[in-house]
Amino acid sequence: MEPADELSNDQASLELSADPMRLNMGPSHPAMHGTIRMVIDLDGETLVNLDVQPGYLHRGFEKSCERGTWAQVFPYVDRLNYVSPMLNNVGWALAVEKLLGIEVPERCQYYRVILGELARVADHFTCNGASAMELGAFTPFLWLLKVRDWVWDILERETGARMTHSFGRIGGMAAPPTATFKDDVLRLIPEVHKVVKETEIMLLRNRIFLDRMQGVGVLTKEQALSYGVTGPMARSTGIPYDVRKDHPYLVYDRFDFDVPVGEDGDNWDRFMVRLEEIRQSVRIIEQAIEQMPDDGPINVDDPRIVYPAKDDVYTTIEATIAHFKLVMEGLRTPKGEVYSFIEGGNGELGFHIVSDGSGTPYRVRVRPPCWYGLAASREMLLGGMIADIIPTFGSVNMIGGECDR
Amino acid sequence: MSQAVVERLTAHFGERVLETSDAFGDHEVVVAIKDWAEVAQFMKDDSDLQMDHFIDLTAVDYPERESSRFDLLLMTRSSVTGARIRLRTYVKDGEEPGTLSGIWSGANWAEREVWDMFGIKFNGHPDMRRILLYDEFVGHPLRKDYPIDKAQPLVPYREVSDIDKLPPFGIEEGQPFARIDWESRLAGGDNQVSPAIGVQQGQRRTLSDSEAAQQIQARIKARMAQESAEGEASEDSAEEGSGQ
Repeated sequence: MEPADELSNDQASLELSADPMRLNMGPSHPAMHGTIRMVIDLDGETLVNLDVQPGYLHRGFEKSCERGTWAQVFPYVDRLNYVSPMLNNVGWALAVEKLLGIEVPERCQYYRVILGELARVADHFTCNGASAMELGAFTPFLWLLKVRDWVWDILERETGARMTHSFGRIGGMAAPPTATFKDDVLRLIPEVHKVVKETEIMLLRNRIFLDRMQGVGVLTKEQALSYGVTGPMARSTGIPYDVRKDHPYLVYDRFDFDVPVGEDGDNWDRFMVRLEEIRQSVRIIEQAIEQMPDDGPINVDDPRIVYPAKDDVYTTIEATIAHFKLVMEGLRTPKGEVYSFIEGGNGELGFHIVSDGSGTPYRVRVRPPCWYGLAASREMLLGGMIADIIPTFGSVNMIGGECDR
Repeated sequence: MSQAVVERLTAHFGERVLETSDAFGDHEVVVAIKDWAEVAQFMKDDSDLQMDHFIDLTAVDYPERESSRFDLLLMTRSSVTGARIRLRTYVKDGEEPGTLSGIWSGANWAEREVWDMFGIKFNGHPDMRRILLYDEFVGHPLRKDYPIDKAQPLVPYREVSDIDKLPPFGIEEGQPFARIDWESRLAGGDNQVSPAIGVQQGQRRTLSDSEAAQQIQARIKARMAQESAEGEASEDSAEEGSGQ
């Protein structure tokens, strides 16, 4: 374009079109983590209409589950919410166990709680860090991801993989805790507290950060309920709904922890709720470490459900047959339907499973928490500025793998 | 808590509640499709129930059932009492249940997904578009008669002769089998196929049977023949060179 001073008079006074401008944001956009397309109608910089289009990461999770055994779903659920895959593992294991009517040994329950809460800490660190980074605060992002990496170090020592653990098993876990598990976690806790504190010092009195977060992307309590929003997003609007408190699973009823709630349901409240939940998760971890027995079985004692020990598989014919049957035919579940849900990183992570009595799931429906959060984001964004999409979308914490399945 | 919801609905709707269940601890009420939206509206508005928290809406496909093909499921929760309930109805192929998107906003996307995945349209829905798949997609993939290995690529697969794997890959990628071969099961065959015994029974489609595999093998053979021909040629030229 020519410099302004060289424009002739009639060009300089060109009338701007009064029609809204249509803008495509995504699916491949630096701020649209995951791949989301937003078709935006703009009046100046104000959003007058918005169409959120998910689905670019759809892999057919639910269809894929219908062709394997129950145990073969674990690698798939790893790839739902890939920021906290351990919670998905626990959720799926609990769903099938509900169908089977079994309960894992106490030691395993504590183990699942601790690993799950570690995953939640990592999840919230990632979300808050990314939110800050998208507003230009790169240092908090790196500092938060530093601790997330330490969390992942522990998970890697326990499970052998940093992200896609596939560590859950129906009726237990793949392996018992390592000898240094408790010490590792206890050593991490002060670091988590330190970084949460540092984040608060860095961000909470930063004028730019405050202006972008406070009063932006407001979701009301009624909207949150109507849209089926759960988790930190719902709690930021003042709904004190936490599956761990309202419908305790595993051993969550034995821990003393608070459910942080916000008031305004804006980006700021979502950020603060997540930050406080990190502290509460650490509280749960501390209590769980103290209560967790050092000895005892991890898996239920039922050869129809749990794989035999590897030593036996290689040396005895009975264990070889049991292993073969479990791997090739899968464990048999009773006929029926269950809905089992846990508090995932983004809210209520539910599995509705239908069994026809065979070794293969007839239907698996995952209730992805961020799906409904994303559905609500249209109302949160409408009427706002285009730049507000970035912090609001960040604090919705849409995870492509979970949302699009 | 949830038992109270079942009792309240049974008391109010009487015989229009077809069944109730509490299997596995999940409380459930079954209604006819004509009552679907009305019961949902009542659940939300009734001062005893106040099921104001939308949880999920999904469907299950039973192609072999003669009466009605789909189960439509709604899960809600009350933020006041904490009670949860699952509402179920039976939907025939082509039938259109009333939309719930006016009752809970979350049902909007959930119903779009059910339309996308199962092909159940909702009467009165404001925006009945596909949501996860693209507009050009044909069929509804979570129906049991949709083959699991069917692909509908928007971009055609590449045909490159000397490199086997270039994205986007062909449909022969991945496991070519399903535990249950719905295609032939619906045609009347017995196809509860375990992959371990399927081969022995000759029921399982294997990779070597598929046309794609035959093409690959033909390609490999052609290349081997070409390589050996080239090899002979280069040997010949080497001999010629030494001869000079």
